[in-house]
Amino acid sequence: MKNLNFKQGLLFLVTLVFTMASCKPKNANNTISADAAAKVYVAPGKYDEFYNFVSGGFSGQMSAYGLPSGRLLRVIPVFSVDPEKGYGFSEETKPMLNTSHGFVPWDDLHHVQLSKTNGDYDGKWVFGNANNTPRVARIDLKTFRTAEIIELPNSAGNHSSPFLTENTEYVVAGTRFSVPPDDVNGDVPINTYKKNFKGTLSFISVKKEDGKMELAFQIECPGFNFDLSRAGKGVSHGWFFFSCYNTEQANTLLEVNASQKDKDFILAVNWKKAEEYLKAGKGKKKTVRYAHNTYNEKTHTATSEIKTEVIVLDSKELKDLCYFIPCPKSPHGCDVSPTGEYIVGSGKLAAVIPVFGFNKMLKTIQAKDFIGSLEGIPVLKYESVLYGEVKKPGLGPLHTEFDNKGNAYTSFFVSSEVVKWNIKDLKVLDRVPTYYSVGHLTVAGGDTKTPNGKYLVAYNKITKDRYLPTGPELSQSAQLYDISGDKMQLILDFPTIGEPHYAQIAPADLIKNNSTKFYKLDENKHKYASIGEGATKVVREGKNVHVYMTAIRSHFSPDNIEGIRLGDDVYFHVTNLEQDWDVPHGFGIKGAANAELLIMPGETQTLKWTPDRVGMVPIYCTDFCSALHQEMQGYVRVSPAGSNVPLSYSLGTNMPKTEGEEKSEGKDKK
Amino acid sequence: MKTTLLILMVLTMLYACGGGQTVPSDAVVASTSDLNANSSYDPERGEGKFTNVEVPSAINEKLAHAGTKVYEVKCSPCHKLSEEKLVGPGWKGVTERFKPEWIMNFVTNTDAMLNKDPKAQAQLEICLVRMPNQNVSDEDARNVYEFMRKNDSKK
Repeated sequence: MKNLNFKQGLLFLVTLVFTMASCKPKNANNTISADAAAKVYVAPGKYDEFYNFVSGGFSGQMSAYGLPSGRLLRVIPVFSVDPEKGYGFSEETKPMLNTSHGFVPWDDLHHVQLSKTNGDYDGKWVFGNANNTPRVARIDLKTFRTAEIIELPNSAGNHSSPFLTENTEYVVAGTRFSVPPDDVNGDVPINTYKKNFKGTLSFISVKKEDGKMELAFQIECPGFNFDLSRAGKGVSHGWFFFSCYNTEQANTLLEVNASQKDKDFILAVNWKKAEEYLKAGKGKKKTVRYAHNTYNEKTHTATSEIKTEVIVLDSKELKDLCYFIPCPKSPHGCDVSPTGEYIVGSGKLAAVIPVFGFNKMLKTIQAKDFIGSLEGIPVLKYESVLYGEVKKPGLGPLHTEFDNKGNAYTSFFVSSEVVKWNIKDLKVLDRVPTYYSVGHLTVAGGDTKTPNGKYLVAYNKITKDRYLPTGPELSQSAQLYDISGDKMQLILDFPTIGEPHYAQIAPADLIKNNSTKFYKLDENKHKYASIGEGATKVVREGKNVHVYMTAIRSHFSPDNIEGIRLGDDVYFHVTNLEQDWDVPHGFGIKGAANAELLIMPGETQTLKWTPDRVGMVPIYCTDFCSALHQEMQGYVRVSPAGSNVPLSYSLGTNMPKTEGEEKSEGKDKK
Repeated sequence: MKTTLLILMVLTMLYACGGGQTVPSDAVVASTSDLNANSSYDPERGEGKFTNVEVPSAINEKLAHAGTKVYEVKCSPCHKLSEEKLVGPGWKGVTERFKPEWIMNFVTNTDAMLNKDPKAQAQLEICLVRMPNQNVSDEDARNVYEFMRKNDSKK
């Protein structure tokens, strides 16, 4: 009977949408096709077909959505603290946000990249960039947690990142702001920009087995703004393409002053050549400072290491390393077709989309068909590298992705639309409006060698009237299009966290079966883990008190602690003894100036608490864990400084014995 | 009657508008299984992979020792070794109340047993906390059972 009601409801819904859309074609929603509801409907209890990893922009986080439903599955904390999960608040996760500037609790995450093998997603990791304090993060797709963060020296505004090569050999990071290098005195007059400022491209190597990142080398380039980038693939594997603007090298009112030239550039970098130069010892060691943070899943603890050296290759001195391809009007997107042959530049202010040919580029280089050189880098002749231009595509082209039928899809911010065009004949095939002002777009597998071509998502900057109003601050949004047919069909709107920039879509099957369900207790190597209630204790080391605590449905052990004094720092090391999926326990203590802990099964996490007054302080489990969750609580007694109340702890007894006796009475009873 | 009318109305609308989308075939929600349907269920054995556990009369000290270690980490927070109930029932006498197959199935196939086994459900009504699946291996289940036997052999 329940089934029947459910089906009826669905039928009704489908019919309603259908009736509204089809029977009244003049309805405001007439761009919605009749079967849109059915196309995005994922029944309760059913899985989505795709994961969609979406940058969180100024939230600093990354989110995972299911497609086609648009359901938010998880917000992964990356560059910003997340009190909900204790990220950046627990002692174990604080080092993840360490930088050469110290602890930085916020950043701006713009782009995501799924790791690749042979030019296709391999489902191992997803990378994100920090745009403000330059960093790259690696998220492990077994745990959906940030596993590693590396800071970038000689950089500012890490926008052109974290794009990666077809076997994830390198993740790159091009600086958006050019700045004086870190090893020289940066205290210079701003009007010496052209002389003193440099642009740096960082190449971070990624270890195949475990994803471990190292800053392999940097290439010092002219002081332009490096905007976006894509690696070559297939025929163009071994090359990287970076769009750059402000080749005028303006340092004020860039809105006007960086838009003077008819053409800026796409910088083509031969990274295989860079490797040769590196091997030949052509790099220069520079003294810098950057943090490299790693989370260890066995100790459940992050460590932060400050590194002090980087090898820099000079684009001015080293021949055949870099070439400038002229590209109209402040290019933004710089996207490479599935075969690797076509490089699509999108000038923000251009009325055409230039498509460059990789083989034409090689021939142009071979023939030395240059129109000059800029700071030692040859500038190729535009017409010689150009495969062709897409004429009158729209206003303000930004980004391009590809399908499996030889088509490209470009987002247009100013004219607020997505335009489909054919890569071979450069003819516009279809256009659909976005609501409103699309920035990035993504196609399932759209930057791989073998795009899926089923869905496209547009990420919009403005939502205005699309959702119920929520005061002056509105969510930004994503719009899902079915691109499997000749015409693109808008089938779903869904709001996003922060500001969505780039995003990627991967088949769920690639990732879902590898998901970690819990951490095994017998692999827990945390220094302060309590493996079993028998291992729990409270230890005073001067002013520091370490509480070795366990959590299981539904009590903490110990749950009564006395003998804490004002002036103490108390470390609650809580081990979750559960060994089943989806049974986290939380830990909160009244007056804590940081956050809660959220402890996964088998994990140990630590909350530091500095009591500020004398009294009885409650602790409790914050994550509903069982029918007796509300009983999962305890007390900590705080006495004045110098008090002679002995340190004691207990569970299941009202008469705690004092420090020095091995076990409390409660435990003895067992 | 109303239901039939509604379906008819909906179908008519679909037809009138010139075709439409049928309900996706995978949209059907699985109904919860009928607990009493399976008459072959053996409440003495429970449900799980253990069908026949051979238990020699003498306590195997090695197994019992390994079982102690499992008990300390995964069981002791909720089960005392006396008859006293903590979160779950005390273990004294457990091997006299249950067959080894039932115990070993329960600790390795906890959720399925809690959803179906009459004895497990009766216990849940008393304790009100579902026994956690602690991912006890088959080998450890046997070790824990031997530790329970040893505990029950003490007077």
